[in-house]
Amino acid sequence: MHALAGVSLEVEQGEFFGLLGPNGAGKTTLISIIAGLARPTRGTVSVLGADVTADYRQARRMLGVVPQELVFDPFFTVRETLRIQSGYFGIRGNDAWIDEVMHHLDLDGKADANMRSLSGGMKRRVLVAQALVHKPPVIVLDEPTAGVDVELRQGLWQFVSRLNRDGHTIVLTTHYLEEAELYCNRIALLKAGRIAALDSTRNLLASFSGSRTTARVMARDGSQHVLQIEGYEQLERELARLRLQGVEIADIELERPDLEDVFLRLTGRTP
Amino acid sequence: MTSFWTLFYKEILRFWKVAFQTVAGPVLTAVLFLLIFAQALSDHVRVYEGVRYATFLVPGLVMMSILQNAFANSSSSLIQSKVTGNIVFVLLPPISYLEFFAAYVLASVVRGLVVGLGVLAVTVWFVDLRLALPLWTLAFAVLGAALLGALGLVAGIWADKFDQIAAFQNFVVMPLTFLSGVFYSVHSLPPVWQALSHANPFFYMIDGFRYGFFGASDVAPAISLAVMVVSLAIVSAGALWMLASGYKLRH
Repeated sequence: MHALAGVSLEVEQGEFFGLLGPNGAGKTTLISIIAGLARPTRGTVSVLGADVTADYRQARRMLGVVPQELVFDPFFTVRETLRIQSGYFGIRGNDAWIDEVMHHLDLDGKADANMRSLSGGMKRRVLVAQALVHKPPVIVLDEPTAGVDVELRQGLWQFVSRLNRDGHTIVLTTHYLEEAELYCNRIALLKAGRIAALDSTRNLLASFSGSRTTARVMARDGSQHVLQIEGYEQLERELARLRLQGVEIADIELERPDLEDVFLRLTGRTP
Repeated sequence: MTSFWTLFYKEILRFWKVAFQTVAGPVLTAVLFLLIFAQALSDHVRVYEGVRYATFLVPGLVMMSILQNAFANSSSSLIQSKVTGNIVFVLLPPISYLEFFAAYVLASVVRGLVVGLGVLAVTVWFVDLRLALPLWTLAFAVLGAALLGALGLVAGIWADKFDQIAAFQNFVVMPLTFLSGVFYSVHSLPPVWQALSHANPFFYMIDGFRYGFFGASDVAPAISLAVMVVSLAIVSAGALWMLASGYKLRH
């Protein structure tokens, strides 16, 4: 049994890259191998040229990983946690950067709170902060918004987007397809340990979902008409046809193609 | 080096924050042993010439506390981190396996010595104890704590749950320390038990440590020292192999 097989991909510096796939597709395994938490039976992974096994110290210095599990060390406060994590990466006197990260993640008020006393959302923020203490050029987020409230999700994405604009490479796995659609320039879709699709988000949406745009037309008499259309010219023609039939249009809803369609099509699942 | 010092500091901070449980508790246990055993056995157990039983007992209790707490420190830290998942915090950074090993073992030595000093500080008032050869005492204390710290590292990496650590502690560390001559001189045992005691590495740790106090021991201190150095080398090699190969830590 292999959790991953024949996965070969390259993430460019500065990209916002999405790693998608159903549960058990191998996303977390792939991340674990990149982070050195798991060792591949075959194959190599390198981070900015540093092999994750042979040159593991350099590779790990380049990498900040936000793990999927909500883990914390109950013995320490937030600030202690972040100072200790800095020290592990060989950095002393990191308080200025720690303060900045805490500020961006809205953790200022919690610096001296024990990890145990924090809510789940707050613990998640600390995990993000821990991944950033050494200003890694590559940031890997494994399901960063699972079980996180809307407010934190927004704040988190603002911060991550800013890091991306500042030149950090972001690799993201998520179950929330709209997040991937919104932020990732390129996406790899894993299915049963293999890459099912690898393309820019725009191309994926265009190539897989072109024919699936749906228009729901609500008529004044309460009847509903569902139109499958290829493009807007066709929508125009279909609407004209409806009017000729005497339908008075009250409202139109367009369901644009989204990543969910791509996802469902490629993973062979039905909604 | 910063990675090593940080991990070492974190391990110290971890037990120091709960010192009531990790230091004061073991000290109280040792004092209870002294009060009860010295009272109950002082007339029945023969030890060295001219040494009262309670005086004989104190160094044994100190060393037993050092060994048990050194083991408890690394093993409980690792199993807690593994079970709660926060072990990733030390697996993700560029910490070499040598630094990892040294930090956990050294922190265990500190915990062992702190508890040992605590036991000594409280019990020394009950007896008339002098340090004949302090360097021997220190050498055995440090080597013994390092050996048990390394053993705790092995157990902590190997175990998947708290049960297994508890089993290791209750069925290996505890019997071996209790049967090592903490409470008696092996010379007072029947020949068969004397021979069996010599197969117990803990016997040499206690005996050698006690030598530092009385200048007298059941076996020559140089032999005890050699047994400990060899044991430490073997257990350390095992622990380093586990860390280097990622055994049970990196899948």
